[in-house]
Amino acid sequence: MSAADHHAHNDHTHDHDDHGESHGSLRDYVIGFVLSVVLTAIPFWLVMSGAIADKQATALVIMAFAVVQIVVHMIYFLHMNTKSENGWTVMALIFTIILVVIALSGSLWVMYHLNHNMMPMTAHDMGQLP
Amino acid sequence: METVVHNHWSPLLGRLWWDAIPQEPIVWATFAVVALGGIALLAALTYFKVWGYLWKEWFTSVDHKKIGIMYMVLGLVMFVRGFADALMMRLQQAWAFNGSEGYLNAHHFDQVFTAHGVIMIFFAAMPFVTGFMNYVVPLQIGARDVSFPFLNNFSFWMTASGAVLVMLSLFIGEFGQTGWLAYPPLSNIAYSPWVGVDYWIWALQIAGVGTLLSGVNLICTIVKMRAPGMDMMKMPIFTWTALCTNILIVAAFPVLTAVLCMLTADRYLGFDFFTNDFGGNAMMYVNLIWIWGHPEVYILILPIFGVFSEVTATFCGKRLFGYSSMVYASLVITILSYLVWLHHFFTMGSGASVNSFFGITTMVISIPTGAKLFNWLFTMYHGRIRFELPMMWTVAFMLTFTIGGMTGVLLAVPPADFVLHNSLFLIAHFHNVIIGGVVFGTFAGINFWWPKAFGFKLHTGLGKISFWSWVVGFYLAFMPLYVLGLMGVTRRMRVFDDPSLQIWFIVAGIGAALIAVGIAAFLAQVGYSIWKRDELACGGDPWDARSLEWSTTSPPPAYNFAFTPVVHEIDAWDDMKRCGVPRPTGGFQPIHMPKNTEAGIILGGIATVFGFAMIWHIWWLAGLTFAGMIGYAIFHTFNYNRDYFIPADEVTATEAAAIGQFAPAGA
Repeated sequence: MSAADHHAHNDHTHDHDDHGESHGSLRDYVIGFVLSVVLTAIPFWLVMSGAIADKQATALVIMAFAVVQIVVHMIYFLHMNTKSENGWTVMALIFTIILVVIALSGSLWVMYHLNHNMMPMTAHDMGQLP
Repeated sequence: METVVHNHWSPLLGRLWWDAIPQEPIVWATFAVVALGGIALLAALTYFKVWGYLWKEWFTSVDHKKIGIMYMVLGLVMFVRGFADALMMRLQQAWAFNGSEGYLNAHHFDQVFTAHGVIMIFFAAMPFVTGFMNYVVPLQIGARDVSFPFLNNFSFWMTASGAVLVMLSLFIGEFGQTGWLAYPPLSNIAYSPWVGVDYWIWALQIAGVGTLLSGVNLICTIVKMRAPGMDMMKMPIFTWTALCTNILIVAAFPVLTAVLCMLTADRYLGFDFFTNDFGGNAMMYVNLIWIWGHPEVYILILPIFGVFSEVTATFCGKRLFGYSSMVYASLVITILSYLVWLHHFFTMGSGASVNSFFGITTMVISIPTGAKLFNWLFTMYHGRIRFELPMMWTVAFMLTFTIGGMTGVLLAVPPADFVLHNSLFLIAHFHNVIIGGVVFGTFAGINFWWPKAFGFKLHTGLGKISFWSWVVGFYLAFMPLYVLGLMGVTRRMRVFDDPSLQIWFIVAGIGAALIAVGIAAFLAQVGYSIWKRDELACGGDPWDARSLEWSTTSPPPAYNFAFTPVVHEIDAWDDMKRCGVPRPTGGFQPIHMPKNTEAGIILGGIATVFGFAMIWHIWWLAGLTFAGMIGYAIFHTFNYNRDYFIPADEVTATEAAAIGQFAPAGA
C-alpha cells in the first residue's frame, strides 16, 4: 500500500529523502545471518554438551548470548543506527527498553512479593499437589 | 435462579442451539424494540436509496475525516447502549431494598455491569478519542491524510467488528458476568463455562487489532507528515497529546493481546496460566492486565487534555500558557503511567514496600496533571473569555476533574485503599475522572469541531440544556456514591439489606435520569442543528481559532489543503491571520489521492464471523474465516489500482466556491 501513498504525500513530506536510512546490502545480511547462526549454535552446544557444569551459569550465559543476538538483529536486519529516521528509531528503542525494563522488573518484584505473602507453600508442598 | 447447564455441541453449529436464546422477558422486549428499530432503519435507508451513497462515500472511504466521523458515530451508538446499562443498574439498586429482589436476576445484573464497563471504555470512549485524533490530527499538521489511509479504514472496521460482537451477545447467548476485566479464576472455564467470557475475549481481541494499527498509523502520521516548518515544539498541543496517546497504545495494547491469548489458551486448550493448578497463578493475570490497564486510562484522558488545551486557548483569545511545560507534562505522564499499575491491586498482598513505592508514584503523577490545570487557569487569567459551549464544558471539566483527581490521591494512599477498595467510593472516583474528563471533553470537542466537520454550528440553546443536565446530573448521580462508599457499600451489589441506604441510591437514580435528559438534549441538539443548518452555517474559522485545521474550509475539501501550509509559529493559523497571509486563488496543481477500497469492511466482516465461530466453537467456520481473512488480505495486496488525481480544474473550482468562507475573517 505504501507505494501509492508515499507518492500521494510526497508534496508535503519535504525532508523525505535525507533521513539517512540504510536499506542494507547483501554483505550486511550475510554478516547478520552468520552471526545469528553462531550465536544460536553456541548456546545449543552449551546445553547439549553440558560444557559448563553449573546449570545456573549455563542459563546466564545463554541469556547473555540472547541479548547479543537481539543487538545483531537490530543492527543487521532492522538497519538501526543512530542516524536512521532522524534518530526516531533510537528514541523509540530507548523508550521501548525503558518500558520493557519497567514491566519485567516490576512484574518480577510484584509477583515475588505476592508469592511470598500469599502463597504459603514450599516447593516441596507444591510437588505433593494432585 | 437455578443454574442452567449448556452442554450441547454439534459439528455444524458448535455450541449454538435453541438454548442460546436468553430466557428473559426484558431481553425479549429489548430485542423486539431493537429489531423493529433496525428494520425501520434498514427500510428507510432502502426507501431513500442511500445504501449506494453510504457504501461509496463512507463505508469504503479512506478519507481520515470520514473515518473520524464514523468513529464518533460508533462511539455515540455504543455510548447510548452503555448508558442504558447504567440506567438499568441505577434502577435495580434503587429498587432492591426491604426484601425486594428488584427486577434483574443475578445472571442478568452481572452481565449488565460487565457490559457497561466494557462498552463504555472500549467501544464508547476509545472510538471517541480515536475519532477526534483521526479527524483533527492530519488537519492540524497540514497533511492530506494519515500515513496509511487504507489501514485507517481497516482499523475502524475491526473496532466496529468488536462492537458488533458485544451487541450480538445481548441476543445470542450471554455476555461475561465477571466485571469488565474478567479476572480469573472467575473467568476461567471452571467458573464461566459458557460463552460470556468468550464474547468478551474475542470482541476485545478483534477491536484491539484496530486500535493498535490506528496507533501505528497516527504515530507515523505525526512523525513523518507535518507541514514544512512545524518542528516538534511547534506542534499544536492536541497533536502532541495524540502522539503521546498513540505511543501508549502501541506500547500497551500488545500486553492486553498477550493476556487475552493466555486466557484463551486456558479456556480453549486446557492450559493453566491462571488457574490454581500446575503452578498457574491468577495473580499474574491481574498484574499483567493492569500493565495494560493503567496506560489505557491515560490513552483516554491525554487527547482529551489536548482538546481542552485547544478550546481554552481559542476561547480565551490567547496563546496557551506554558506550551512547553504542557508538552513535558504530557511526556512525563506517558512514562509515569507505566509506573503505577499496582495501585489497582494494593490489597492483593504485595506488602508494605511494594505498596508504598506504587502509592508514591501514583501521587507523583498528579504533579504533571496539576501543572496542566494551572496552565489552563493561567491561560484564562487576563484572557478575553468567551463562554461558548466548548468553553463551558472545559470549565465544568476543570472543577469536576479536580475533585476526581483529589479522591484519586486519597485512594493512592495504600492504607486508605484497604478501606476504600472495591467500594462505591472507587466507582465514584473513576466516574468522576472519566465523566468529568473524557465525557465532558468529548462534548467540548464535538461542539468545538462540529462546525469544522459540517460547515454549521451546533445550536447553543439545546447545547446549554444538555450541558446543565449533564453537570447537575453527574453530581447528583455520583456524590451519593462517595458517601455510600465511605459507609462501606461494595460495588456490583444487586440487593441491599440496610434500608437506610436506599435514599442515596434514589438520589443517584435521579441523577442518572437527569443525565439521560442531557443525552436526549444532545441528540436533539444535533438533530435540530442539522434541520436548521442554513441558519447556523459558518465559515472556515467560526471561533477565531488558532491552529491549522481552521485555515481550510468548513467542511474541508477531500484534499484538506490545496497547497501545503508553511508554518512559522506555534499557533500557525493565528500567526497567518496576523501576518495577513493571502489565500491562494490560482496556480493549483492536480492532487494525488488514495482511492476508496472495500477491503476494510470486508475484512472486518469476516473478522466478525471468525469471532462468532470461535465463541461458539464452530471450528469449521472459524478455520474457513481465518483462512479467508489471510487470503483476502493477500489478495488485496495485489490491487495496484489505488490512487487517482483530483484535476487542477476541480481544485480551482472548489477553492473558488469556498473563498467566501474567509472574506470577513480576521475582521
